[in-house]
Formats: sequence, structure tokens, C-alpha cells
Amino acid sequence: MSEPGSSPDERGVNQNGDPGGKLSVSGSTHTPAESPETRLLSAFKTDGHARKVYLAGREYYSEEGKTFELRLVGKIKQQLSSDPTLRPEYPPSLGLTEFTRRATEAALGRSSHAVMENRVFGVQTPGFTAAVRLGAELLKHCFDDSATWCGPVYLSSPCDDSLAGIFQAAGIQDIRKYYYWDDRRRGVCLEKLLQDLERAPEQSVVLSASGHYPTGADLSQRQWSVITQLITRRRLFPFLLLPAQALCYGDLERDGWPVQYCASQGMELLCAQSFSHCFGLYGEAVGHLLCVSKQSSLRLSVQSQADKTVRSLWAEPSAQGAHVVATVLCNPAHLVEWEGDVKHIVERCMLIRFILKERLRLLGTPGCWDHLTQQRGLYCCTGLNGQQVEFLSTWRHIYLLPGGCLNISAINGRNLDYITESMHLALTTSL
Amino acid sequence: MSVFSEVPQAAPVAVFKLSQDFSNDQFPQKVNLGVGAYRTDEGQPWVLPVVKKVEKIIVHDDGLNHEYLPILGLPEFRSSASKIALGDDSPAIQENRVGAVQCLGGTGALKMGAEFLRRFYNGNNNTKTPVYVSAPTWENHNAVFTNAGFEDVRPYKYWDAEKRGLDLAGFLGDLESCPEHSIFVLHACAHNPTGTDPTQDQWMQIADVMMRRKLFVFFDSAYQGFASGSLEKDAWAVRYFVSMGFEMFCAQSFSKNFGLYNERVGNLTVVARDADNLKRIMSQMEKIVRTTWSNPPSQGARIVAITLNSPELFTEWKDNVKTMADRVLLMRAQLRTKLQALGTPGTWDHITEQIGMFSFTGLNPKQVEFMVKEKHIYLMASGRINMCGLTTKNINYVAESIHEAVTSVQ
Repeated sequence: MSEPGSSPDERGVNQNGDPGGKLSVSGSTHTPAESPETRLLSAFKTDGHARKVYLAGREYYSEEGKTFELRLVGKIKQQLSSDPTLRPEYPPSLGLTEFTRRATEAALGRSSHAVMENRVFGVQTPGFTAAVRLGAELLKHCFDDSATWCGPVYLSSPCDDSLAGIFQAAGIQDIRKYYYWDDRRRGVCLEKLLQDLERAPEQSVVLSASGHYPTGADLSQRQWSVITQLITRRRLFPFLLLPAQALCYGDLERDGWPVQYCASQGMELLCAQSFSHCFGLYGEAVGHLLCVSKQSSLRLSVQSQADKTVRSLWAEPSAQGAHVVATVLCNPAHLVEWEGDVKHIVERCMLIRFILKERLRLLGTPGCWDHLTQQRGLYCCTGLNGQQVEFLSTWRHIYLLPGGCLNISAINGRNLDYITESMHLALTTSL
Repeated sequence: MSVFSEVPQAAPVAVFKLSQDFSNDQFPQKVNLGVGAYRTDEGQPWVLPVVKKVEKIIVHDDGLNHEYLPILGLPEFRSSASKIALGDDSPAIQENRVGAVQCLGGTGALKMGAEFLRRFYNGNNNTKTPVYVSAPTWENHNAVFTNAGFEDVRPYKYWDAEKRGLDLAGFLGDLESCPEHSIFVLHACAHNPTGTDPTQDQWMQIADVMMRRKLFVFFDSAYQGFASGSLEKDAWAVRYFVSMGFEMFCAQSFSKNFGLYNERVGNLTVVARDADNLKRIMSQMEKIVRTTWSNPPSQGARIVAITLNSPELFTEWKDNVKTMADRVLLMRAQLRTKLQALGTPGTWDHITEQIGMFSFTGLNPKQVEFMVKEKHIYLMASGRINMCGLTTKNINYVAESIHEAVTSVQ
């Protein structure tokens, strides 16, 4: 997996030693390295092949191959647009209270001790990235107010390749990886993961996700139990990620189990959540950062710091998306309808996984494909290696992420055969 | 042992504390002249009629794209927003050297600009480049630039408290004596909090010095159209600087002039030396956005884009904006008249000479305290009032209270 690091391009911008206060990113630089995702998307867009398929996107795609708005969401937006009580005012900088309340519940459950003991606060953020960014800024501030704590932060290998950049933008330069996905066993390798974390300095921040992007491989409850013991013993700080909450089990709270578990163990934590996927609200940037502290007396000061930080980032979040989510989560009838829609999404993803596995079996494709159905959610790590991935894009015009991960929902009735045949080819052709 | 044990309580933001205190106040005639948002004569927030219309269009549009917006934002928003600031016929636009980044409100636009400048302006990661903000200025300017990494945020002379006007000599003096390449945050119009803008002539003098001393121009434009009622008039300074050939940033907010406070609609307009430079600048901007919020929210940007790109809706919007600007002008005129009629000591011309949402009354901190505690009229300790908080129903009470404050409190 490519290591995220500080971009050489940023350093090179004004290399000619030009002291001029020119805005001009100097003539000797080239445009910065695009992220792998951007390059991939460009390559796909310029590909003229009729059967080309893009399997590296982040959003949930319907059977028709489109992102869509849940019908319920459309209805609620209509209601909200004719609601005379909604006032065009600045939202609170920490976000709409009803939204943060529900988002907090969604992560910690309704009977969380941490909430009852007043040790929790939540911040509505303009999307998931913003939640991670805010969390990074808070940690930077909290660990050492006068300044120089700059990590380390441990990210899983692989992980969302934008994460490192977010922490670095917040001033935390020391980004490291811990072993997570094992290609050979096509799943998480707990032993190596534990080894890496055992060596992590105290106060390291560890990021861990549910609905893991990009592999789809999640930790089991037993594995969480072992890991949290290590985290507690080594005094590491957990920063949990729920980028597609509800899309693993069709249930917000169930997907949030790791967060509830950590909180129940008395841990402090941050958790970044996104409601984009499970509400089809991609365009509305609906994110949330949850903070659980050990004592309620600390909650207020951390909350005030969060407020201060938000003001220098975006001041206040945008209202519409959060209104929609809060409206659904507060209303039992809406909730039932929404849960139905989400279950449909989850079941479709599971079905695609089963069919994919079955097709590969029928084709006699070498290798074991159980991991396809052991994983859950939108994303899937196939286990194809770099050469095979390249074969797929170059010769079959099928685009996966460089590590062999793909977005399950982008597979549908029209492209399934082509994809499975191509995978079979990639695995059987000597490259 | 908690990671959070050493975290100090951050001081509350004054203007929001003021609103909080106002909310808690039970006095029936209380008046809120604190927060910077428009209010109707009934003291209510106002959804612009054109915005209501466009919201309905959006909600009933079956063909709407529900994907993540591109990182730099909605293209039709960005181009129309920049055109609003620079003018349709702007040569810079025609020369393909204008770019834009959709941001989370004016704050987001300032943030993106600040982050870019810290990384790439005046060397690489030169956090020592001085950033000058007006004395006084919107209190968040400091925080945004400091948080972006700049170590040296300083005031430039702006408000002359005695003359109750612009301290041009002081301003020009600071421009002459500051380090070359310093960054200056300029208010495009309706200066917050003083309401006092340079005249066209004064802007020309300022631009001259800035060009000669190679200073960086960063406009903050939060009130275009709202200040005078005319989009062109309120953009005069920005357009003049562009015509002088500056490379510059302009952070635009559509919170006030569209009443879209809650949807966080902002735009960072970038005017570069040439198309090639622009391309490189925008590619770096994308990286910066990617690590902050990644994809901006669409609702507000859609509303603005649809409005600006439709001739009828655009006309209707300009009309709505003028309605707001006119009400503010009316309240200014009435307040001044009443204070003069009451024979309140001092001169009150500045109330109608100042422009935009805010007025620096000239009340001192003791007088302000009197207003808040005794009269339940909430204004900032600086003496700043939000003209939109005045209505035909409360203006007499406010005028009388100011009179009382000035005559009985020194």
C-alpha cells in the first residue's frame, strides 16, 4: 500500500529561493501529485471502452448505477422547505442540538453511562473529513497546549489515503501505520496488529474503523476486546471512525458497537461519524464528532476548545442535512421507513457479495473467496494484487483501488458477468 | 489519567455571550443590537422571497444530482459568485486568470485563503509573514489567520475614535512602514464593526501604496449589495484593485445578502497573474480543501447559483437585497434624526455616514454597560450596534436610552 507522507510537492513550491511575495506557485513546480483516487477517476473518464466499469467510488450506487436520494429524504426536504418555523439564522457553532443528540445516541446507544454521567459531547461537522479534522485539531491542542505534540498517529494499513493529510494539515506530522489487512489470509491479522500497537509510544492516537474503508474487513467483538485491553494498558488514545454508519448491519447502533464497547470499558475516545451514506445525503456534508472524556468536569473545557476551533475552521456547520437526519431520527414512523430503506441497501450489498463469490466458484477461479461474504458493508478487499489490478484496468477497463479494494454497490446486473469473467482472467492469466 | 486534563476553558465569544444574555433577559422592552444578522421591522429573521422560490424549485427537481459535490464546489456557483464580485465583463475573468473555491461561508473562504498563503506565499510555510487586520476588525479574523499558522497577526490603524471616522493617515502610514510582502485583510465594503469605508479616492491611495510596497491584498466581502443596495457600488474597491493588476484573494459570504446564514455559502475568489499560475494555485487549493471538509454542502450553493444564473430570479434577488439595505438606511436616518431632536450631546452624523449593518455609536464602555444593565439594550462593549436590530417599534426607546446614557454616564 502506498505510504501517505508529506507531499514533496508542497516543499517544492518555491524552491528557487524566490523571496518575492508573489502568489505565483513558482514556475519550476509541477502540479502536485494527485491522490491515487483522482488519477484513477481521470483514467476512467478518458477511457473510451464501452464496457468500462468504475469500482473505486465512495458512494452507494443503486442497481441503476446512480447515487440517489432516499424517497423519505426527498419528502422531508419538501416538508422542511415549507416549514414556517425554520429560521434563517446562524446555527450554533457546535451544530443543531437535536442532531448532535441523536448522532451521539446513534454511536453510544440510548442507555450509555457516559452520556448519563455527562462526560460526552458531540459536534456537528460539515461531513466526515471535517469531523476527523476537528478531532485532529482537538488532539493537537489537548495533548500539549503550548504546542509541540505532533503524533504519532497510527492508521491501519491500508486506510483511507486522505487521512494522513488531514492530520498533517492539523499540524500532526508523525503518521505511522499498524498492520491490519493480511493479503495471504485475506483478513485482519490480529497478532501483527497487536505487535505494532505494543510498540507504539504512550499517547499515540490509534484510528480504527467500523465498516472499514477500503477493505470492508472489520474486527470481531473478541478482537475488539483484546485490542482495547492493549490500548488501555499502553495508554493509547482511540479515535474511532464510522464513515458509513448503518451500512454494515442496517442499524446505526449495531454498527456503532465498537464505540459503545470502548465507552463501556471506561475509555476516553473520539469518534467521527458520517450520515452521508445511510441517508443518501452526500451533497449535504452531514458529519459528527463525538467526544467521550473520563470526567464530566473535563467535558466543558474540551467542549469550549472545540467551539473555539470550529470558529477558526468554518464557524458554523450547514443546517439542511442535519435537519433531515434529526427529523428522521426523532420520529418513530420516519425511523421505521428509513430503517427499511437502509436494510434494502445492506441486503443488496450482501447479495452482491454472495453472487460474486458464487460466480467465481462456478468459474473455477483459483483461491478462496470466503472473505467476500465475511466482510460487510460497502467496501470489499478482493485480495487481487497490484499486477492483477492493473491488468483489470488496462485490459478489461475495470477500475479498482490500487490495493485491490472495490465498492460492492457499483456491481449490478448489467456488469456482474463481465466483472467476474475479468477477475477470473486476471487470476488465471500468467502476468 | 485523562488526555484532556490540561485543557483550559476557552473564553466565550463575546457576541454570542451577548445573545445568550439577551435570551435570558425577561424585560419586555429588551432590544438585541448585538448579533450580525438581518431582522425585519417585526424583529424577525427574513427568508428572502427569491430564496423561498428557489428552494421549492430545488426540492421538486427530480433530476438533481445527489453525489458528493466536487472538492472545489459547485461549478455554476463558483463562476457566478466570482462574477458577482468582479463584474460580468471583468478582464481578469476573460483572461482566464480567475478561479474560485466554494467554502463553508465567509469564514471558510478566509480559512482556505489563509491556509494557502501560509503554505505558498512569501516563501514556503513562512509563518512569520505579518498579517495585518484593521483596528478594530471582525473578531474572528485573528483566530482564522492564527489557526492557519501565522505567528504575527497585527493591527493596522483604521478607526479614529476621536474623529469618528477613518484614520487615513494612520492607515497609509502603516502601509508605508510595514515589512514588504505583508498580507493585508481589507473589508470590501461596510466595514465590520465601524461601518466606515474609505472613499473611492482613498481606496486609490491605498492601492497605490500597496502596489508599490508589494503587499498582498486579501479582501473580505461579506456585505455586497447589502451595504448600499447596489452590487456594483459595493464591489467598487475589489474591482478597482483587480484593474490595477493585483494578484489577490477575495473571501465572499452570501450569508447576509441571501439570508443564507444557516447554509454556509461562501466563495474564495482567486485572481492570479495568469492562467498557468491559476491552474497551479487551484490544484493546491484542492489539496487544502481535501484535508479540511473535502466536499462542501450543496444546498446553499445551489440556491445562489440558480438565482444568479437566471435573469428573472437575479432581478428579484437584487430587489430583495435592496429591501434589506433600504430598511437599514431608514433606521440610520431615523436614529440620527431622533438623537438630534432629543438634543443628545455630541455629533450623530456618523450614524448616517456609516454604511452597512453596523454602526460604531461612540458610546464608551461605561455607557454601554448602562445600556445593557439598566435599559436591557444589548450592544457590544465597543459601542457597535446592529442597525437591523432597530425597528419602528423600538427606535424611540433606543434613542431615548442612548440619550440617557450619554447625558448621565461619563
